[in-house]
Amino acid sequence: MTSAAVNLHTFLDAFRFIGSNWSLLLDKAAQQLELAGAALGLAMVIVLPIGVVLGHLRRGSTFAIGASIAGRALPVLVLIAAFLTVLGIGFVNNMIALAVLASGPILTNSYEGVARVEDSVVDAARASGMTGAGMLRRVELPLALPLLAAGVRVAAVTVIATAPIAAIAGGGGLGDIIVNQASYGFDGVLGASLCAMALSVLAFALLKTLEQAITPPGLRRLAAFEKGNRPREPVPIAAIGAEIEEET
Amino acid sequence: MIAAQAVASGPVIPNFGGGSKCVVENHAFCWGWVNAHWGDTLQPALVQHIELTGIAVGIGFAIAFSAALVAYRRRWLSGPIEGFSALLYTIPSLALFQILVPFTGITTTTVEVALVAYTLVMLFPNIVAGLNAVPAEALDVARAMGFTRRQTLLRVELPLALPAIVAGLRVAVVSTVSLATIAAFLLPKGLGYPIFLALKEPSPFRTEIYSAGALAVALALTADLLLVATRRVLAPWARRSAA
Repeated sequence: MTSAAVNLHTFLDAFRFIGSNWSLLLDKAAQQLELAGAALGLAMVIVLPIGVVLGHLRRGSTFAIGASIAGRALPVLVLIAAFLTVLGIGFVNNMIALAVLASGPILTNSYEGVARVEDSVVDAARASGMTGAGMLRRVELPLALPLLAAGVRVAAVTVIATAPIAAIAGGGGLGDIIVNQASYGFDGVLGASLCAMALSVLAFALLKTLEQAITPPGLRRLAAFEKGNRPREPVPIAAIGAEIEEET
Repeated sequence: MIAAQAVASGPVIPNFGGGSKCVVENHAFCWGWVNAHWGDTLQPALVQHIELTGIAVGIGFAIAFSAALVAYRRRWLSGPIEGFSALLYTIPSLALFQILVPFTGITTTTVEVALVAYTLVMLFPNIVAGLNAVPAEALDVARAMGFTRRQTLLRVELPLALPAIVAGLRVAVVSTVSLATIAAFLLPKGLGYPIFLALKEPSPFRTEIYSAGALAVALALTADLLLVATRRVLAPWARRSAA
């Protein structure tokens, strides 16, 4: 199975499978996105406000950064299996397991995004008469947006890429085909794997573009300015172990 | 079916051996099962898991480190390398294992290639950031003292970059321990395998899931602590940056 001809042949067969099973694959991909979307939504609704408020109060940094380390240390297979023993096979179990996975980067980045807003900016906002909520809405959140969006993107990509594993616990999605060679043959397994890869890469590219589009123009100009003007200045090193994605 | 092949070719693990009441009724946790199957199930899986992780992080570090040294000299390279490693990281592990099968078969190599690919995104940017963060004054001093480029790298730049490099290693090790559990979908190896088998039971065997899962988490945290300890020994001046 190592000669180039065999490889080419195997992949051609996989593409043939994709060609003749379009609707099945689209169905499974939609299922996978549905699960990933639900998990991401659940994580955002619960965790994003916590991170933003903690960041605003500049409190609980150990908790916020610890969350991302804990998130990485908990293998998704363990999460899915453990939740399955409690909640049984199905959508809810997988959604919660994936939501736990998504919470780490969202919590860390929403906390860091808001907490890293410079003190001088916060002081200026306060001096111009802004109160806590107004300051959060009009000053801290816009400035935190790039880091916040990066956190959501990392979480989204992680969840979409991990969702196939949920197939082992009745999660459906492209993973259903990948773990079922008995029914679909290796052509199907490889075809579904290629589709899962394409789906993740597409989601990554789309979210990255979206992220750049929602960055406030002022911050974009600042980033471009800094990029061109500090070739030899120390670059801040991301907090140890924290999943902080920064635009450079 | 790949999974079925893996099951068939692997050692026969007597999940329900012993037949104690706790195991048969699948109680929340059966210490008896853990004691009885530590030697034939959990310990070998743990050892395999350490091997899978160690080899992946070792090779990944060698690649990321070399790439970072090149990107440190030729800065324009660091963006594309970082982008490429981020792209690799987005590929679902379950899919990447299968995509590699036509090239390397159902082997440990396949698993390692995928795990190595995933470490790059955590190692490369940290090593480059660590090197770039070396203060210009330190480099000026090194030049004033007559250090060659090689001496500057070994005695000034790398020691100062060490905390950032260890930070990258910590994330890489913890993530790889976690990702290596997915290897069980391809091979009867690692701590994911007992979990995989337990999930295949008509009613998933809890003790096996919890004990193997706890071992995976404990392994990740232990490795993390060891790396922190290593940094404290190698770079005692960086203690203030400990998170």
